[in-house]
Amino acid sequence: MLNRLDEMLNFHTQALRVRDQRQQVLASNIANADTPHYKARDLDFKTALQGALQGTQTGGTALATTAPGHLAGKAGGSDAGLLYRTPAQGSVDGNTVDVDAERAAFAENAIQYEFNLTRLNQQIKGLLAAIQG
Amino acid sequence: MSLFNIFNVAGSAMNAQSQRLNTVASNLANADSATSANGQPYKAKQVVFAAAPVGDNGATGVNVAAVIDDPSPMKTVYDPKNPLADDKGYVTMPNVNVVEEMVNMISASRSYQSNVEMMNTTKTLLLKTLNLGS
Repeated sequence: MLNRLDEMLNFHTQALRVRDQRQQVLASNIANADTPHYKARDLDFKTALQGALQGTQTGGTALATTAPGHLAGKAGGSDAGLLYRTPAQGSVDGNTVDVDAERAAFAENAIQYEFNLTRLNQQIKGLLAAIQG
Repeated sequence: MSLFNIFNVAGSAMNAQSQRLNTVASNLANADSATSANGQPYKAKQVVFAAAPVGDNGATGVNVAAVIDDPSPMKTVYDPKNPLADDKGYVTMPNVNVVEEMVNMISASRSYQSNVEMMNTTKTLLLKTLNLGS
């Protein structure tokens, strides 16, 4: 029973986590709009969500340890799965942030986050209604 | 919850932008300071931004790597009556470019604004997340 509950809520929970991560990446882009040589980044929501649903962390690969002395290692760090944005217009200081595009993406992602949140809420309410009758 | 990290990211950017605004203010205020405590004319200052990782989730904030003296040449004004004039009658004035500083000011305040809005959006999302299931 609990297993089924988990399965039911899993999709939107994972989607929320990916939205959460993407929101953070977009926030970093907007924050660094004036930083020279900063390259704007983003993640591909579809592949990130598929990775999250399959239980693999976005793009991360574990290092194979064949002897007890081997260190586990942190493959790719946290920016695994992050891609670089192709700038629409170049700038002299090497910064590739297009603030308008980033803000649009930020707002869009916020609404998608809210959507996932609302759906999750509805699912919980539905379950509660079924339990309480 | 990496949404909380956005507060750190936006906060660091706001901090950096306000420091830039401070520098602009001191440059504009001293645009005509032909002399200072060390006897030299005022030199325009510029801030250098650098991306800095925040937390361990790949978020990137901003910090001010350095405040440098503007390398552009000093202005010279012909004013033989000025006590600071050299033997040819020229006074060395600060290398503050007022137009550039105004542009810098507008840019800094707009960036600051974007970061504030980003924080507001994040706050709303977090409050809604807190209400999940109720």
